[in-house]
Amino acid sequence: MRKLVIAISMLALAASAAFADPILDRQALMKERGKIVGGLSKVVKGEEPFDAAAVLTQLQALQANAEKFDADALFPAGSDTGDTTASPKIWEDMAGFKAAEDKYLADVKAAVAAAPADADALKTQVGAIGSDCGTCHQGYRIKKG
Amino acid sequence: MAWLKKLVGAVVILGGVGAVAGWVLSAPVRLDRETLAKLGPGDAARGKRIFYAGGCTSCHAKPGSQGDARLQLVGGLELKTPFGTFVPPNISQDPKDGIGAWSVEDLANAMLKGVSPSGEHFYPAFPYASYARMNPADIADLYAFLKTLPAVAGKAQGNSLDFPFNIRRGIGLWKLLYLSDQPVVAFPEGTPDPVISGRYLVEGPGHCGECHTPRDLSGGTKKNEWLAGAVAAEGSGVVPNITSGEGGLGNWSEADIANYLETGFTPDFDSVGGAMVDVQRNIAELTPQDRAAIAAYLKAIPAHPNGYPARKKTAN
Repeated sequence: MRKLVIAISMLALAASAAFADPILDRQALMKERGKIVGGLSKVVKGEEPFDAAAVLTQLQALQANAEKFDADALFPAGSDTGDTTASPKIWEDMAGFKAAEDKYLADVKAAVAAAPADADALKTQVGAIGSDCGTCHQGYRIKKG
Repeated sequence: MAWLKKLVGAVVILGGVGAVAGWVLSAPVRLDRETLAKLGPGDAARGKRIFYAGGCTSCHAKPGSQGDARLQLVGGLELKTPFGTFVPPNISQDPKDGIGAWSVEDLANAMLKGVSPSGEHFYPAFPYASYARMNPADIADLYAFLKTLPAVAGKAQGNSLDFPFNIRRGIGLWKLLYLSDQPVVAFPEGTPDPVISGRYLVEGPGHCGECHTPRDLSGGTKKNEWLAGAVAAEGSGVVPNITSGEGGLGNWSEADIANYLETGFTPDFDSVGGAMVDVQRNIAELTPQDRAAIAAYLKAIPAHPNGYPARKKTAN
């Protein structure tokens, strides 16, 4: 009987793992992140006028997105194979990976807290945030073509 | 049996001639006096630009350094390649462990000819096959700038290479095939300046082709697939196609390329990644004109499809 219970719970676990696709989830989160930063960059480049309220709304959306990032749920063990550009280094150095993400979240929060008053202030903040993107993609992503 | 003796004799002589010829051909060749005369006095302010265009710190800073620590050129990064592991040395101003005791001629011979002060070949993991296209005056400027950087003691560990790549003399033959100071892409007369100065930055100091161009069996870049992207020679994954061919930068504008080099964001707001992160941070130190020139050159070169095999789709 105990064996049966274990077998059923294992199956249930496997099934739930099959339903939720962490690779798609994390890709969606990253795409949304890129889109928001893209909107902010248009303001930095002067392609769109600086509107303090609109910029703050976008920064808040970026924070909400960053807070949704749960490394354990999005990068479970075994999700390093398949259609992903995640580097094995994520699982070899999960602490470093989480630290890089925490730094990003801290910089986004700082930008929201010190809501930029002009495009130059926003430029500095987007620069710091963009540097965080690069730091994580430097060590934890592999381009596969 | 006299004919056999003669044959053996002939083989020995031919073999001897071959060995002598190989020895002569593989000898390290230094710069001639005419080129050395073009070095000039050197200017540190101008040399800073060459330092960042050349990306010296990407390989020669201690791995993982940020900010000013990137100017401590102590070496020690491990480049794992199919030939073995290369370890960039200390090129700080330390006179014993670094290159503090080098003359400007020593630096010029290293960068333009791949020859060390003691007369040995350097391995082309040090990208002198690209630097060979640089103006001697820029080397003198770089030398002056390097002199302003700190001396840091400490020798990086040596390379660990597989046979036959551990025989330095063999590099002399490699140089006969691949070392040239001539540009890769020829442009017709009257080509506008941004393209020409972009060619200098990309093909010379920037050494973009070292990673972005596929290599042949003996490790030379394939000029007929110039900048078409390649399987990473170091580490894993691929290095993207940066021509306008399929899979490349065809749908990027020149402004997109320049902006990417400045901010690290692609047109669809993905970010720079991998080894390019350090490169982008270096290129961000250049002027907008230099970045625009790089972009103009990349849009002007022949388009190629990807220089690496298509990605295998996995079942899930």
